[in-house]
Amino acid sequence: MRPFTYERATDVAAAVKAVSQTPGARFLAGGTNLLDLMKLDIERPTHLVDVGRLPLAAIEDAAEGGLRIGAMATNSQVAADPRVRSRYPVLTQAIVSGGSGQLRNKATTGGNLLQRTRCAYFYDTGKPCNKRTPGSGCSALGGLNRNSAIFGASEACIATHPSDMAVALTALGATVETLTADGASRSLAVGDLYQLPGDSPQVETNLAPGELIVSVVVPPAPAGGQVYRKARDRASYAGGLASVAVAGGQVAFGAVALKPWRAERAEVALAAGASPAEAAQAELAGAQDNGRNGFKIALVARLTVAALDETRQGRGA
Amino acid sequence: MKTTITVNGQERSLDLDTRTSLLDALRETLGLKGTKKGCDQGQCGACTVLVNGVRINSCLSLAVMHHGDAVTTIEGIGGEDSLHPLQQAFLTQDAFQCGYCTPGQICSAVGMLTEAAANWPSQATQDLSAAIALTDSEIRERMSGNICRCSAYPQIIAAIRDVAGAVA
Repeated sequence: MRPFTYERATDVAAAVKAVSQTPGARFLAGGTNLLDLMKLDIERPTHLVDVGRLPLAAIEDAAEGGLRIGAMATNSQVAADPRVRSRYPVLTQAIVSGGSGQLRNKATTGGNLLQRTRCAYFYDTGKPCNKRTPGSGCSALGGLNRNSAIFGASEACIATHPSDMAVALTALGATVETLTADGASRSLAVGDLYQLPGDSPQVETNLAPGELIVSVVVPPAPAGGQVYRKARDRASYAGGLASVAVAGGQVAFGAVALKPWRAERAEVALAAGASPAEAAQAELAGAQDNGRNGFKIALVARLTVAALDETRQGRGA
Repeated sequence: MKTTITVNGQERSLDLDTRTSLLDALRETLGLKGTKKGCDQGQCGACTVLVNGVRINSCLSLAVMHHGDAVTTIEGIGGEDSLHPLQQAFLTQDAFQCGYCTPGQICSAVGMLTEAAANWPSQATQDLSAAIALTDSEIRERMSGNICRCSAYPQIIAAIRDVAGAVA
């Protein structure tokens, strides 16, 4: 690992200032993804500002029945929160389907949103990857791309976003609140936090340098049941091949794009009275088969039908 | 960088390269070799320790992040003359072969039992509003962050089940 300096932030504004004014600085929260990538020489920060002890871990009732989740609340704390379990069971289910108990105890809400792809070529520093080394090429195109994107990919990158939590938050229509380097607060939908790869896959979010996620606000749950369904190669502690979050008539897919994928066409179809299978098809008509990942199209269709059937039978309602 | 960590009840003052993982600080600086390095990337669980009572992977954490924290390693869980009930249960149930993953399994199980007692849900929890019952499927799911390459899983589950049953 390359050398870096470290400081523990004691207030939010100072942390934002420290990262925005120090070249090569990064926020460090739980560290479970960043430190792993630093060991592999994929992330190379020269200064770490530890925001893990900032007073941003509270989970509080928000306006009109919603919930504000502090960015430093751990994944375990959010999943176990009684209000999350009763109002947003899809969020608890998504979180506990990701990582291991040990990782969820360390991983934070903000960090989970900003974790980076698990594309094998991103991790393999011996191979070209436009996300890791812009302009070097995408090894996953034409490579072992079984777990690559079927939505929103480009000629430069076909990686997926690995978060389960973000898929549930997207289905729930959550927003992210941030503090920017100039001291302003702003909020953006979780879906707008991310950028699709386009021709600059190294740029992953719409956050400005030094901008810190301080909380996630989940609006009141839509009417109807909620469920998270995830398919993967082993039953536990594995990233998804595909996942589906349903909250009432709101649907999001996971592990199919470089961002959690809000299935708006499926939602429109459902609202117009389509069956679950027809709704899934409405979204998946736009899916792209990159060679080895075409199975995801059928998998997402089945997961969507199963999830919608399950919510209509009342689980998590 | 100066870092003070309470390890197994004893305050330890360290001067560390910022890159030192909590795992390496425990093993290499403090000589506590009970905590094991397996994959060093958070996938095997051999390095599991308790920080302020909560189980984490010590390989994926910097020691300097734990300034002021209380860390419990397998050496602090119990000793030869004072076995923790889980250590005794692992012996009774023959829950290991090579033993390399065992400290991590036991530290993880200690943390896991606390989580279950606090009614934290897992992927195996069917009813999020009900009290957690530590069935075998719950134990299996909650321990999935700890790999045993000798595959002593049935005995590990039996050992944990013995202790969980005694607690409940």
